[in-house]
Amino acid sequence: MSIAPPPTPLPPPTPWKLKHLLGLEELSIQEITAILDTAESFGEVSKRSRKKVPALQGRIVFNLFFENSTRTRTSFSLAAKRLSADTQDFTASVSSLSKGETFIDTAKNIEAMGADVMVVRHPTPGAPHLLARHVSSSIINAGDGAHEHPTQGLLDLLTIRKKKKKIEGLTVGLVGDISHSRVARSNIWGLTKLGAHVILCGPPTLVPKCLEKLGCEVAHRLDDVMHRLDVVNVLRIQFERAAGGQFPSVAEYSHFYGMTQARIDMARSDLLLLAPGPINRGVELTPEVADGPNSAILEQVTNGLAVRMAVLHLLSGKFDQKPSEMGL
Amino acid sequence: MQTIQIQGGRVIDPSQNIDMITDVWLGRGRVLAIGGSSETADIVIDATGLIVCPGLIDVHVHLREPGDEPDETIATGAASALAGGVTSVACMPNTRPAIDNKGAAEFVVLQAQRAGKANVYPVGAVSKGREGLELAELGGLVEGGAVAFTDDGAPVSSASLMRRALQYALMFDKVIMQHCQVMELTVGGVMNEGFESARLGLPGMPAAAEDIMVARDIRLAEITGGRVHIQHVSTSRAVELISEGRRRGIRVSGEACPHHFTLTDECLKDFDTNFKMNPPLRTADDVAAVIDGLRDGTLELLATDHAPHAREKKLREIDQAPFGIVGLETLIPITVHGLVEPGHLTWPEVIRKLTIAPAELLGIPKGTLKPGADADVTIIDPNIKWKIDPTKFVSKSRNTPYGGWDVKGRAHTVIVNGEIRYTMPGVEHRNRSNPTA
Repeated sequence: MSIAPPPTPLPPPTPWKLKHLLGLEELSIQEITAILDTAESFGEVSKRSRKKVPALQGRIVFNLFFENSTRTRTSFSLAAKRLSADTQDFTASVSSLSKGETFIDTAKNIEAMGADVMVVRHPTPGAPHLLARHVSSSIINAGDGAHEHPTQGLLDLLTIRKKKKKIEGLTVGLVGDISHSRVARSNIWGLTKLGAHVILCGPPTLVPKCLEKLGCEVAHRLDDVMHRLDVVNVLRIQFERAAGGQFPSVAEYSHFYGMTQARIDMARSDLLLLAPGPINRGVELTPEVADGPNSAILEQVTNGLAVRMAVLHLLSGKFDQKPSEMGL
Repeated sequence: MQTIQIQGGRVIDPSQNIDMITDVWLGRGRVLAIGGSSETADIVIDATGLIVCPGLIDVHVHLREPGDEPDETIATGAASALAGGVTSVACMPNTRPAIDNKGAAEFVVLQAQRAGKANVYPVGAVSKGREGLELAELGGLVEGGAVAFTDDGAPVSSASLMRRALQYALMFDKVIMQHCQVMELTVGGVMNEGFESARLGLPGMPAAAEDIMVARDIRLAEITGGRVHIQHVSTSRAVELISEGRRRGIRVSGEACPHHFTLTDECLKDFDTNFKMNPPLRTADDVAAVIDGLRDGTLELLATDHAPHAREKKLREIDQAPFGIVGLETLIPITVHGLVEPGHLTWPEVIRKLTIAPAELLGIPKGTLKPGADADVTIIDPNIKWKIDPTKFVSKSRNTPYGGWDVKGRAHTVIVNGEIRYTMPGVEHRNRSNPTA
């Protein structure tokens, strides 16, 4: 029997190469680790009485949100402000999009106003990628349809790393609507790259078997896997993205997949409970579980701020890089 | 009218089982002879090293006129056909308004005559307004010039209407071309359903949505004795179903498009809308099955599904962008790349699927170099290497997944009705009797 050598620490990705953050699929292990390390150091800033650093002074961060969001947009705005950037929100409901302007034209207008970064949320997968090809600002994907939500994936990784002191070797369950969840995809890429074992759990209509090809385990009965989990990440039912009819009723869903105290009791006592929010209390989680000792839901929010500061800071070195210099 | 001698080319005419180095003589708008002729040539085309074949026929193109002229017109589409080596096209009726009556069909024929490029044959709608509810006036469409019927762009979803269409079309001996897609299974879909769509978070269109309607329509062709042609076959199961139907003597045929035998759903990884088509790009197994179907004759025809869209329409979020790609001008090189170079089909086999086979499907007097036939000839340079540059397309639109590809094979000279209507950039043919003409 051979003994695996101890893991060697990875060198930091110096210099940082990426101009955009579009997803965790395309990030290396070193890049993910660098973001998490940077975020941990920014976590300290949040604890000071003076919470600002001048890293992005004079820079403009635009939030382009083509879908409703309060939490993520606020978190990005606050992260940018703590780095001393100017921030501006652009929301689709008050935009000229309703007048027929295309998405790219809108973004080009915002680029012309001097945006160094566009934080983009859009209901269509690939929309941030489209912008990255057509504008010169840095693009941060704040959620593209059911594809990716990289900063959410990163803040989940950071929360796990801080609580469990490691990620490699952990068994992490993602529970719920994997099909329509960008959080699930970013978690899958991040967790598997960092060496966790991922179990996707939900009804077959929401958890396609083919996702096993991503290196995950697919399970349909939560009660059978609860005892194996170190971490459980409870995803929200995407009522707005599911075409409907993927499960018979919310009550039946909740019966099989709702995170109740009884299910928590099936797991190890040190089970770490995450939920990307906003949660539907009583559907995915009972209130007692959401507020209970295993829950790190509010720490996720705090870590989200640190992760977004880290991402903005790391990308800022590439803000002025022209697309032509990147071989695009 | 001038007499043209096409000299010393490899003449391939599957309608006569000809594949030999010889001359082709054209005059008075007709094929005069293969081999020698007593006439004097006004123009001699040196075809040494080139392939000389009947003008290619594409049974599946969208010319967008009337209604979407920013994408393409009958004139620009017919010119694009020539640039791709295609002398006759059958254009789909999903225009605005739809080609669903005699006058509309006549409009297409008239616009094509005005343009004077490739021959254009309208395909009439199966249902009024392509709404899938009532039969269009199929007889009127035939009188207006329609050579087949389809609601392409969408399927004839109603099994009952499809059955009636197959029956009614029997009195004209015309084929119903069907876009097979069970719509309930593809709501919101933008790409093939499978691992790739799950990875990208994009709504999928399962292969079964195509297979189920192929199976249904073959059975309907069986009970009616009607003729059904399955458009743009993209799945392995559809190929099997067509093969089985043909073995049982049912009047079913199928076509394959170059993108379905050269590209897979993995191409969507960057969300590039130039890879968004319907039926969608499928898996490597499906590509292999389509190629097998072409090899064993299950899929009798090649067709492009030429679907031009103006730049601003494709430059959208992937769910907002329309389906389809420009196909005519990449037909020859992509067929060489996908079928000839890898040894799947020989040149005579490829040319059969683009000449006599589509002519027989549509019942048009084309696709042959028999003496007396219309003088439609495509001369192909099978060895020329070039780079596909969408900005140089003759089509009005640029939406191709093949931009930047280094390819081999291109139309060299295209003759329609005895007139040289297209020559490859850099090629010139002089008139001997009147050198200034």
